Amino acid sequence: MSEPILQIDGLSKVYPGGLRALDDVDLTINKGEIFALLGPNGAGKTTLIGAVCGLVRPTSGTICAFGRDLSENWRDARSRIGLVPQELSTDMFDPVRRAVSYSRGLFGLPPDQSRIEEILRRLSLWDKRDTKIMELSGGMKRRVLIAKALAHEPDLLFLDEPTAGVDVELRKGMWAIVDEMRARGVTIILTTHYIEEAELMADRVGIINRGKLLMVDDKQAMMARLGRTEAHIDLAEPLFELPPALSRFPVDLEQGGSSLCYRGGDGTGKGKADVAELTKALISSGINYTGIETRESSLEDIFVSLLGEETT
Amino acid sequence: MINWRSTWSIYTRELMRFLRTAFQSVLAPVLTTSLYFIVFGAAIGGRMPDLGGVEYGAFIIPGLLMLTLLGETTSNSSFGIYMPRFTGTIYELLSAPVGVAETLVGFVGAAMTKSLLLAAIILLTARLFVDYSIAHPLLAVLYIMLVAAAFSLFGFILGIWADNFEKLGIIPMLFLTPLTFLGGTFYSIDMLPEPWDTLALANPIVYLVTGLRWTFYGSSDVSIWISFGITLGFLACCVAIIAYIFKTGWRLRA
Repeated sequence: MSEPILQIDGLSKVYPGGLRALDDVDLTINKGEIFALLGPNGAGKTTLIGAVCGLVRPTSGTICAFGRDLSENWRDARSRIGLVPQELSTDMFDPVRRAVSYSRGLFGLPPDQSRIEEILRRLSLWDKRDTKIMELSGGMKRRVLIAKALAHEPDLLFLDEPTAGVDVELRKGMWAIVDEMRARGVTIILTTHYIEEAELMADRVGIINRGKLLMVDDKQAMMARLGRTEAHIDLAEPLFELPPALSRFPVDLEQGGSSLCYRGGDGTGKGKADVAELTKALISSGINYTGIETRESSLEDIFVSLLGEETT
Repeated sequence: MINWRSTWSIYTRELMRFLRTAFQSVLAPVLTTSLYFIVFGAAIGGRMPDLGGVEYGAFIIPGLLMLTLLGETTSNSSFGIYMPRFTGTIYELLSAPVGVAETLVGFVGAAMTKSLLLAAIILLTARLFVDYSIAHPLLAVLYIMLVAAAFSLFGFILGIWADNFEKLGIIPMLFLTPLTFLGGTFYSIDMLPEPWDTLALANPIVYLVTGLRWTFYGSSDVSIWISFGITLGFLACCVAIIAYIFKTGWRLRA
């Protein structure tokens, strides 16, 4: 998992007009991992993908794919990279199988109907193989784009917002497809708005905003470092001040003293243990409570808080 | 090194696009050519003298061929690259391991194939109206292929330059068609009074029409070598411009 498959150093992109879409981005992607790039609209996610895939000319910086400089070794690199774009861009008049076969040929591979059949079956598109793409639903069209990207058997796959605009069921289907690709050893870089998606699938997460990579870390490490436990304890009787027995806990009184709020922990379960200790301390201090509600902060909370810090 | 599988994929896809609209692609030139022959060949041509020893109806065949060829090749090729840009499907071509050589051979090869098919259809249609023979058939095919290559490259540039449908149609409509009409399609430039016969030589289409006419009848207003030279020069200019476009990514890569 530690061999780099993609290495980006000091990558910047300034569009004509002055918009800095990427600002000195450094990023290393390891072989076999699923990397989720999170960011709001216009953060630079698609520009970053475009720079690697040859759709965007970087203003400065270097990109190494499969251990070699992309600018010199673009042919070999591109033949091993697949891209599923955000927009449903494909020739709508083409039947599914022809569109996928075209992609395979375009990337320089010989025709292989059994391979195409396998890909279409894997994506539940085999029954639609002779259907024109324009006649398919949005979710199916997105599957066609995935099939086209997989037709040349890439080692590195970019999924730009793969579940944008698809319903929950299809989204889950898409996650299963990504899981399967991971099992086959494909390295996947996905951009998403859905934090839940990154939380569920990614090994590592990068947060990008205004062209800058704010943070890149292992998902668990990120949650351990920035994650928090929040517990609200409803008290039977309001308190006017915190008793000394609770001073070792990060707690505050809220709602006129009728609720005790704990905010702490580190995303690894320490918070839950703290809350258990806190309840014992309440009982031993003779403070009754009527209810406890605990919540672990999600990647979304971390994401929102990081973006909030960056804005201020 | 050129990736021939990628080239073949682009070539066959472009031909499929042509076949998808085969009815329109075949019917339009047949109808247009028939109309020209009815009007200029039968109605007016009967009152015209032979030109350079060639019956008027036969004289206009190379010009009519060129008229259709230039328009169809340019528009086919410009649409071929403009539509992927417009719909966003160009991402696949740009992210594939293909360079300028594969792209051009694929697109231009397909455009040349279509042009040869069109030329054959037009010549067969013309045969219904007038008797003619081709003095240098191999040179005629070569010249048609050369012109098709040059104008499919020109169309390719047009398709990359255009950022809306209006621009896509404006060059063929405002320049190509008028220049072809004024380029000796229906007359010999010898028939023009001074200074128009001299001015006509500034029209590059004159050399294309007269070049093709030479391959048909063995004589023309301008030397065949000048026609070949100008066509090759135009083709080389287009290749250089496209190479520059691919190198800089102008209007292709953000």
